[in-house]
Amino acid sequence: MSAARPLLATRGLAASYGDFQALFDIDFEVGVGETVAIIGANGAGKSTLLRAIVGSLPSAADMVVYDGAPIGHLPAHDVVRLGVALVPEGRKLFQSLSVEENLRIGGDYARPGAWTLARVYALFPRLAERRHTVSTSLSGGEQQMVAIGRALMSNPRLLLCDELSLGLAPVVIREIYTCLTTIAAAGTTLVIVEQDINRALEAANRFYCLQKGCVSLTGSARNVDRQAITAAYFGLEAAAK
Amino acid sequence: MRGLVPSYSNRLNWPSILIQGTLLGGLYALFAIGLSLAFGIMRLVNIAHGDLITLAAFAALVVVQTTDVHPLASLAVVIPVMFGLGYLLQRGLLNYTLGSSILPPLLVTFGLSVIIQNVLLEVFGADTRRLNVGPIETASVTLPGGIAVGVMPMLVFAIAIASLGGLHFLLYRTRLGRAFRATSDDAGTAELMGIDNRHLYALAMGIALAFTALAAVLFGIRTSFDPSSGPIRLIFAFEAVIIGGLGNLWGTLIGGIVLGIAQSIGASISMTWQILAGHIAFIIILVVRPNGLFPRIKD
Repeated sequence: MSAARPLLATRGLAASYGDFQALFDIDFEVGVGETVAIIGANGAGKSTLLRAIVGSLPSAADMVVYDGAPIGHLPAHDVVRLGVALVPEGRKLFQSLSVEENLRIGGDYARPGAWTLARVYALFPRLAERRHTVSTSLSGGEQQMVAIGRALMSNPRLLLCDELSLGLAPVVIREIYTCLTTIAAAGTTLVIVEQDINRALEAANRFYCLQKGCVSLTGSARNVDRQAITAAYFGLEAAAK
Repeated sequence: MRGLVPSYSNRLNWPSILIQGTLLGGLYALFAIGLSLAFGIMRLVNIAHGDLITLAAFAALVVVQTTDVHPLASLAVVIPVMFGLGYLLQRGLLNYTLGSSILPPLLVTFGLSVIIQNVLLEVFGADTRRLNVGPIETASVTLPGGIAVGVMPMLVFAIAIASLGGLHFLLYRTRLGRAFRATSDDAGTAELMGIDNRHLYALAMGIALAFTALAAVLFGIRTSFDPSSGPIRLIFAFEAVIIGGLGNLWGTLIGGIVLGIAQSIGASISMTWQILAGHIAFIIILVVRPNGLFPRIKD
């Protein structure tokens, strides 16, 4: 990390679903313009971390700091207006809205900026052709594009992507990740959550590995020690085998 | 007994029954819009809906009596007041009842229903009231074929269609409507779009009660009301919504018309059959098509 102020940082972040504590003491940082990957096994707390950052899960105010200001206490609808958008796991498109309406609603109540319908269609030309169809009639890859486009319409400075590759064919995944590169090149800071370690490390500058709600390993995405990642991903017992 | 049935059907003036029933149906659709909107957007079953209609009718009565304006002009006051009441009711009370279970809002609005009825009884007494609009009440035009149609029922029907059209425009052509539909689909994800659900739900209830105010004044012109007339209004509204199919705006209009025609048929057999015939039509449709004629919400 450079000495510059991080765009987003969590400090000792803890989050719970009722009595079940899912995150413990997470220190996580993303610098301006970085792409950071969060990897980890099922149930490690990756999605929970994203949900805590965007305010879907409540936390203490100063546990999440965005652009120098505490946002941990803010509800989700306020966080997105500050420029933090989430592409949720499983896409979560609005079923009774058309493709174009799904995109529009991403920008309706969020902050204004450079992303417009035209620019999203330029990024995903296939969506322009299907703009008036119901979102449920799209293929999985197209639905993922709508979900990304919808998040972009809020003009995020920080875009959080949860399991973009879920249920998609390898060729489609490659296409989506190419678009992410374009988005990052435009100056958007990215956090990508993935189960596919190679895919995540390839796209990112740095990574965090979560295990059972704690950060088990972090470092540069280049020249990583595969054995260390395996240990951090599965836990020490698995690595010892 | 065998001879009675054909003699009835011979005596029934079918064109007239269908027209009167359809016109009445427009009014029932107006009753139902608010109920349908609240259920569609926030899955809130408002048991106090009928009593809120009665409350709005009494509010119009107060406006008419204190300012001596025409009942239809009282809408200029009653609609904004009911919108505000709806907003505050949702924001200050009903939002806290929403969650994974449908039961808390049912219980709370049931309590509201009892409170409204008793407050109205305390303030206005048990007398039946009406909103008088003068000669237009009895004015009618004669259609070809000799069917006389009241001017007032036609006006009410036109207002109902215009209101549904307006609501349709709001829901399908505006930013706010998009937010309503998105929140109805998935409230959690809608929050991620920057939509404040508590505010949006309050707006929805405000709009629901604005339509309720319209329905209340039009109904108060047509029929008398008293503090205990809420529950039967609620039942008509429920029946129109269920017959049409949950969550379907124009289905609600069809539901209202089916109910209106059934009641007209009942009334032309015998006045005592009017209400019962509506309920029978409702039960038949529930048996044949449990999800209503045009279902939209599938959960």
